Amino acid sequence: MFGDYSLGDLGSIFVMQGFAGLILFSVYVLMALGLAIIFGQMGVINMAHGEFMILGAYVTWMTSNLFQTYLPSLFSGYFFLAMILAFVASGALGMLVEWVLIRHLYKRPLDTLLATWGLSLILQQAYRSVFGAREVGVELPQWMLGSLHVTDSIEVPINGVFVMCLTVLITVCVAYVMYKSRWGRQVRAVVQNRIMAGAVGINTEKVDRYTFGLGCGIAGVAGSAFTMIGSTGPTSGQLYIVDTFLVVVFGGAASLLGTIASAFSISQTQSTLEFFLSGSMAKVLTLLAVVGILMLRPQGLFALKVRK
Amino acid sequence: MSDEANKGLLSPLRRKLLMGMAAVPAITMLPRASFAQAPATSAVNTTGLAVTDTEVTVGILHSATGTMAISETGSIEAEKLAIEQINATGGVLGRKIKFIQEDGASDWPTFAEKAKKLLVNDKVAAIMGCWTSASRKAVLPVMEQYNGMLYYPTFYEGLEQSKNVIYTGQEATQQILAGLNWIAKEKGAKSFFFIGSDYIWPRTSNKIARKHVENVLKGKVVGEEYYALGSTQFNSVINKIKLTKPDVIFTDVVGGSNVAFYKQLKAAGIDLSKQALLTISVTEDEIDGIGGENIAGAYACMKYFQSLDNPNNKTFVPAFKKLWGEKTVIGDVTQAAYLGPWLWKLTVEKAGSFDVDKIATASPGVEFKGAPEGYVRIHENHHLWSKTRVGRAKLDGQFELIYETADLVEPDPFPKGYQ
Repeated sequence: MFGDYSLGDLGSIFVMQGFAGLILFSVYVLMALGLAIIFGQMGVINMAHGEFMILGAYVTWMTSNLFQTYLPSLFSGYFFLAMILAFVASGALGMLVEWVLIRHLYKRPLDTLLATWGLSLILQQAYRSVFGAREVGVELPQWMLGSLHVTDSIEVPINGVFVMCLTVLITVCVAYVMYKSRWGRQVRAVVQNRIMAGAVGINTEKVDRYTFGLGCGIAGVAGSAFTMIGSTGPTSGQLYIVDTFLVVVFGGAASLLGTIASAFSISQTQSTLEFFLSGSMAKVLTLLAVVGILMLRPQGLFALKVRK
Repeated sequence: MSDEANKGLLSPLRRKLLMGMAAVPAITMLPRASFAQAPATSAVNTTGLAVTDTEVTVGILHSATGTMAISETGSIEAEKLAIEQINATGGVLGRKIKFIQEDGASDWPTFAEKAKKLLVNDKVAAIMGCWTSASRKAVLPVMEQYNGMLYYPTFYEGLEQSKNVIYTGQEATQQILAGLNWIAKEKGAKSFFFIGSDYIWPRTSNKIARKHVENVLKGKVVGEEYYALGSTQFNSVINKIKLTKPDVIFTDVVGGSNVAFYKQLKAAGIDLSKQALLTISVTEDEIDGIGGENIAGAYACMKYFQSLDNPNNKTFVPAFKKLWGEKTVIGDVTQAAYLGPWLWKLTVEKAGSFDVDKIATASPGVEFKGAPEGYVRIHENHHLWSKTRVGRAKLDGQFELIYETADLVEPDPFPKGYQ
């Protein structure tokens, strides 16, 4: 298929394709991080993860509208504030949900699947009632649109670079919080042995609530960032949920490194196959490969102990 | 097969008859007392439909919840507006239209279930509804079994014709061929890259488009790609587009994927003011979500744009906005949905009866001069004769009309040489 193209063309296409793979990788990591914390650390199968993301997207949309109406001069910087607000909103909703719903279900992990599935339907309908059934268009500041012109045939999408930087930043923060901070040690202690953790004076309920809130908050940031590349509507969250679970389960629950490794392998396979085959076939082959590997390694790529 | 019969309709005698019939509603409309003169219910309703001396009930069946609510909301709004307007001008055969709205909930078996409920329990005289082909296919056997009448608004892939359905949107050849001809002639386009969502409508449409490009326009299809419904990552296919450098990108991506596709196209530095892109799936409704700045410059090929400059549309758009809000936009399908109740009313008055069999026979030849898209007429095959138009997306999310066919395009749901 490459016979008709010059060497220069091919070179630049491979560079571009490399970027496409990296961008897909960052997107996967970003959407899976929140779930990796909730599913991985707490064992809660959160089917409403996509809806927490979309809450972040709607917050971004509202912030953008506010800035356009009241602070048009600061519009170019609104996105950073929007991401913080998205984190706060989704995190707060997550903590509320944990308090009302999830904490009663820790001993019945499979029921969390049904409960959060119901929650996702409720949230979708709530978005539909509040924001309308139609999709909303989030307007972005000018500097975030378009691409960096490297050579005549190599263009790097700015939103892709932005998502990459954001992913690195958030991953580093999460890794620090989970593995270096005092609170992270408490979370891991609760995961490993809830009763003992309680006995040594850790407030396990509080740890649960904040962990769930943190996972949802990160989902909110992801949703906010995805307004650059995807749609914002009541059911848009559904577009991400399958891929998200795929990444987390394939990586091995409870392992941050596993999530990253799995996002990397899935995104690279997907993106390379998409280039040589068609989009649908690429998806089929990627899923087949994942199923095959999970049959050989049911615990995922990297596995730690999970709360039973 | 239908050509002969249709030419018959255009004979001077038939035309006079039609004009006479068109005048009937005008008479019943005049005084308020017209209700008293309405024909007896026993005469206009011999099959036990929900028709009383003062009222007739129809059904509205769309998804108000679920994934498809994004698209179907506009159709619901348009149908309600049409019913309201018909009632304000005297109703149908002197009877006010009452509607029962059911929610298909974006779930195809639910559509079939609700259609059956509307026909069997509520005995509605007609149903305005369905949006996706999947929902129509689910409802079709119900309509045929219980002999109902469905007015279906969406542009679709064709390959279907039923006594019990009037298709008020365009079928694929009507929508696509004129657009391809135009872009081939205007832009000298020779190479095309197809990209669509992976289900029946894009695949059938692209099949038709490919045959037309290869056999009629003597051009080349340099790529044909499908992405699963709901895909949000298009960077790889955009690289392929950059590599193959097609004259035209021809797209029928739908739903949330649409938004992702155009945002990523723009981010990858493809400038739609230089790269020709022809879409058959983006209406003003979709641009709301995509954002005008991401799609400005793209060409869309369909039969209606909100910006159309004709007297009918100039009264339709303000009426729609008055009822549903200043910010609402009106896309192709919304307009087609608006035609449903009107065409039904005109057909009932032509047939002089609410009976489904009589409406099915009377439908061919019914013309609606007040259509926002201009003028439409029902064909023997229950699709509409309509013009095809090409519009160019602007920053504000509206389309600028670039081209329209001189004549109405004949609907051809079973195109020879394209299957």
